[in-house]
Amino acid sequence: MAAPETSTAAVPTLYTNNTLRNAFGGVLSFFILLLIGVLAFSIRLFSVIKYESVIHEFDPYFNYRVTQFLTKKGIYEFWNWFDDRTWYPLGRVIGGTVYPGLTLTAGTIWWLLNSLNIPLSVETVCVFTAPIFSAFASWATYLLTKEVKGAGAGLTAAVLLAMVPSYISRSVAGSYDNEAVAIFALIFTFYLYLKTLNTGSLFYATLNSLAYFYMVCSWGGYTFIINLIPMHVLLCIVTGRYSSRLYIAYAPLVVLGTLLAALVPVVGFNAVMTSEHFASFLVFIIIHVVAFVYYIKGILSPKMFKVAVTLVVTVGLAVCCAVIAVLIALVASSPTKGWSGRSLSLLDPTYASKYIPIIASVSEHQPPTWPSYFMDINVLAFLVPAGIIACFLPLSDASSFIVLYIATSVYFSGVMVRLMLVLAPAACITSGIALSEAFDVLTGSIKFQLPGVTSNAEVDAGETSSDTSEAQTDEVKAEKPDDTSKNRPSKKSKKKERELAENPPAKATAKAKAKAEKKRLLALPLEASVISLLLLVVLGAFYVVHSVWAAAEAYSAPSIVLTTRSHDGLHVFDDFREAYAWLSHNTDVNDKVASWWDYGYQTTAMANRTVIVDNNTWNNTHIATVGTAMSSPERAAWEIFHSLDVKYVLVVFGGLIGYPSDDINKFLWMVRIGGGVFPHIKEPDYLRDGQYRIDSQATPTMLNCLMYKLSYYRFVETDGKAYDRVRRTEIGKKYFKLTHFEEVFTTHHWMVRIYKLKPLKNRIRGKAKKSKSKTSSTSSSKRSGTKKKNPWL
Amino acid sequence: MEAPIRAREALGFILFSLLFSICRSSSLNHLLISNAERRIDLSSHIVKVYLTLKVENAGSTPTSEVLLSFPPTQADHLATVEALVTKGKRKKTTLVRLDVKATELPDAPNDAKYFTIYLANPLKSGESTTIEVLYLLTHSQEPFPAEIAQSESQLVYYRDSALILSPYHIKQQTTFIKTPSTKVESFTRVEPSNRAGTEIKYGPYEDHPPYSFSPILIHFENNSPFAVVEELVREVEISHWGNLQVTEQYTLVHAGARHKGVFSRVDYQSRPTLNGASSLRYLLARLPPRVHSVYYRDEIGNISSSHLRTDSRKSELEIEPRYPLFGGWKATFVIGYGLPLQDFLFETSDDRRYLNFTFGCPLLETVVDKLTVKVVLPEGSKDPSAVVPFPVEQHLETKYSYLDVVGRTVVVMEKKNLVPAHNSHFQVYYTFKPIFMLAEPLMLASAFFLFFVACVAYLHIDLSIRK
Repeated sequence: MAAPETSTAAVPTLYTNNTLRNAFGGVLSFFILLLIGVLAFSIRLFSVIKYESVIHEFDPYFNYRVTQFLTKKGIYEFWNWFDDRTWYPLGRVIGGTVYPGLTLTAGTIWWLLNSLNIPLSVETVCVFTAPIFSAFASWATYLLTKEVKGAGAGLTAAVLLAMVPSYISRSVAGSYDNEAVAIFALIFTFYLYLKTLNTGSLFYATLNSLAYFYMVCSWGGYTFIINLIPMHVLLCIVTGRYSSRLYIAYAPLVVLGTLLAALVPVVGFNAVMTSEHFASFLVFIIIHVVAFVYYIKGILSPKMFKVAVTLVVTVGLAVCCAVIAVLIALVASSPTKGWSGRSLSLLDPTYASKYIPIIASVSEHQPPTWPSYFMDINVLAFLVPAGIIACFLPLSDASSFIVLYIATSVYFSGVMVRLMLVLAPAACITSGIALSEAFDVLTGSIKFQLPGVTSNAEVDAGETSSDTSEAQTDEVKAEKPDDTSKNRPSKKSKKKERELAENPPAKATAKAKAKAEKKRLLALPLEASVISLLLLVVLGAFYVVHSVWAAAEAYSAPSIVLTTRSHDGLHVFDDFREAYAWLSHNTDVNDKVASWWDYGYQTTAMANRTVIVDNNTWNNTHIATVGTAMSSPERAAWEIFHSLDVKYVLVVFGGLIGYPSDDINKFLWMVRIGGGVFPHIKEPDYLRDGQYRIDSQATPTMLNCLMYKLSYYRFVETDGKAYDRVRRTEIGKKYFKLTHFEEVFTTHHWMVRIYKLKPLKNRIRGKAKKSKSKTSSTSSSKRSGTKKKNPWL
Repeated sequence: MEAPIRAREALGFILFSLLFSICRSSSLNHLLISNAERRIDLSSHIVKVYLTLKVENAGSTPTSEVLLSFPPTQADHLATVEALVTKGKRKKTTLVRLDVKATELPDAPNDAKYFTIYLANPLKSGESTTIEVLYLLTHSQEPFPAEIAQSESQLVYYRDSALILSPYHIKQQTTFIKTPSTKVESFTRVEPSNRAGTEIKYGPYEDHPPYSFSPILIHFENNSPFAVVEELVREVEISHWGNLQVTEQYTLVHAGARHKGVFSRVDYQSRPTLNGASSLRYLLARLPPRVHSVYYRDEIGNISSSHLRTDSRKSELEIEPRYPLFGGWKATFVIGYGLPLQDFLFETSDDRRYLNFTFGCPLLETVVDKLTVKVVLPEGSKDPSAVVPFPVEQHLETKYSYLDVVGRTVVVMEKKNLVPAHNSHFQVYYTFKPIFMLAEPLMLASAFFLFFVACVAYLHIDLSIRK
């Protein structure tokens, strides 16, 4: 806005023309943004259209259950919710251990709709929360990129984000997870930070703290913000870009943000006590020191200043050393150096696989492969470097932030597949900048070269390029009419004041120079620019096609319903819900169901039965107990389960139809996690020459463990050979009987099998058997003895 | 097990014979039944009894009331009683439905329950007429053994009387009982009685005084699934924009012999006739024609195992529960569908509108223990009144749906113990002004208008303090 204003002062005839252009551009970009929102929402509806409106996967079921509780019982009950239906017999304090942002958001939407007498079910609201917030996220991307490189780049980045596959994978309709709202919160916080940095307005600084608070409420990934922003501040200070705007952008955020973050029960005192937050406080101190130095510098003469510096540096260094020594001692005294396991595995990618198998066992915590980059961000991977270069031409506070953001997120995405999600917005922003700059240059040079419209085009080209250059040099974003902010006139005048203060009369001449230079630079040959323009469009088209394909085919399956297409039409495998519905209607409401932790959330949400462990893996020992039971022989397993009051055991078995992510394939993790706590479970016992196999070459320990037996019980009677379609082999032990468990339900395609623990027998067993069983289960009985006295032993 | 039951029934018989001698009511004596034939159909879990009575007026005064009596245990399970009388001669016979009402008699022996059939024309002295009575009994077959394993077939008891319980003297009577298969474990013999194939014949018995009772017990195989809907809530929502939305919430239970021990899928799949013979695999719902947007789901999502067949006269929806229901297993689900409004909503001459819809449960061969029908009238309708062909409990509710301000009137009708025979039409009358249809669109339009006006106003007002 500043550019046209100054130029119109010089050329009054262009004044009306320009305002009309701006108004038209404003309306156009408003409608483009609206369409981007529609696109972001509708591309995520493939899952509803192809499957059904249902909650997906595992964690969303927990969030859904929490939201149901919230809408039913109200907010106060929610904060105090102690859930006794999970982690039996320990229970879990849900109100204090859950990031409430998503739940509160969906709960508020539901409440609003219902108070308007729009009777949508909680499930519907939950299903559509993620697509709605994706639209918000793309708008936030527009705002953020506009702060960096102007509206054109903003629109490009927004449309890229609206359909970036990486983000789609986490936000399709039904994927009701924290990331759904957190990505919006992340981008919006960054936008407000840059907005504050560009304007120096305390109003935006406060909004920024609130946005940060929302982010803290929503996702554990907020630590990324509270580390990235200090890094950027430090970068600005080091490169000599300190200004009062930087101070206003940072200091209120740390103070207010930390106070607000400590209000969230799950964070609480962690906001000041864990190492994840130390960087922000350290930079907080540094920025104050720097601010103080700048202040002193302003009031003292240069000579006095030097004296003061030497004095302060000697004293300050001594104090700093002492403080740092104390801090290091404090941090070092804690075993994990004050970092949480997940953060540590980010800093040291080998940490999890060495020490915490439970984190390593989750597939989304594995490092990604190269194809997954291509799958998830597609052509953006090639545009990102160009965008980074564009950010350096010229480097501003805002664009240096983007460079820092993309650099750190590339590293994090390299450690965990899951964090590809954090990379996606950064990649979209940089690619948006790259594309927009490229279009600017190419269309500019085409206009410049076309003979017919030279006179007109010259002005246009000059204008657009000067527009962008202006935005870059002044970090003043071009204001749009749709940007309906309250203090528009006052802001304008403020901006003008600042402009005048910063670069007084040199402006006009500098602009004239820049214009001339730009024109010379832009003089690309016409053919080259037309061809490269076409190529860029093809690249964009390829991206769109890929994104739609990814949304439709790769990321829309709800994973609780499987479908296969065979020659006689679509075949649906709805076994999980069959089993959960059976459990919910045909067992007692207080029965305890044991399964591997993957199915914990679904069992509590869909079957409404108490589970022993669930996907919130807070208690490793408890999970190890279940893992031990699954890898123990039948009798020992029965004792463990009995000591936990378990009535039903649920296993997932894919051998009949070839469903690969079943319990047998996850079994080695059960052994590892179990063995990590109970050393009598040894992984080599289950491996033959280092190979995991279930055929006739399998070890006897493997063939006698509970998981094998429950999975393959009477499997041989289906085809006579007991051919496992997942492992592509015949199983090792085909005919066996269960003595302590009985099959009570098996789903239609055998994917879920439910067994009931047989009750205690009245008869006391013979002596020989008793002694034998004692030796086999001493370790487990020792442990279970503390929980419940077993009358058999 | 047999002996105590026999003893109890014998006791009951003695009690009845004692009672009838004391409580014979003189006013009933002038009627007598010259010939009675009863056919009891036990082939499904709903017991159908066809009773043909030839009633003769032996008294001197004409009468138009004929009493039917039922033992109290049967009366509790009695779903419906219908009476027909044949009119005309030879080939031109037509059946005329007669009014039947439950009646209380002060001196009923042993708590026997009565129904009165009102004849169209009073029966004059010495005349006789033939009445066809059909009554249906639910929950009258008791599984024995009460728990069966997967491979066993379901055996049930049926208790009744070899003699028809009647307040009148019956000259001659015969009872035929049809069992679903030839497998009959035992049946009480009351000579002359014999069994041939799937039919057990009791009688003919001659000249039995009023309130004669002779308990019988039949133990037979009945592998038909005992589909019982414990609770059904049908919500019919009228939208004057042309749609009738029906939502039905079912709580289904298999009320047969309880399943015991293991459920083996491999046995169930490989030998379906021998294993789980009495399990409930699918249900058939008969829906009105031109049905659209049918869905079948439960609280955790869509259930994919259903088929819809439509033709011009009816629609059939075949639904499978998520899992086969064995005895004692439960399932809940929801069926919803839309119907064109013009098929069901009509206008009366006095400018009232009425909905004409079926009352009962669309599932075939299903007993409904408790049915709630809710008719949601459009917002702004007044003076609702329901006309139902049988007694129901009624009350009004208010429901708030999409953007309602005053709420919609809901006519709620409740009835217990329903059988498919209750699928007759009922009517709900109400008055409605078409202008109310525009209320919500106008409200939305004005809300958006106000929003835009507010936006315009906001953009044109400068609220900043410093200029």
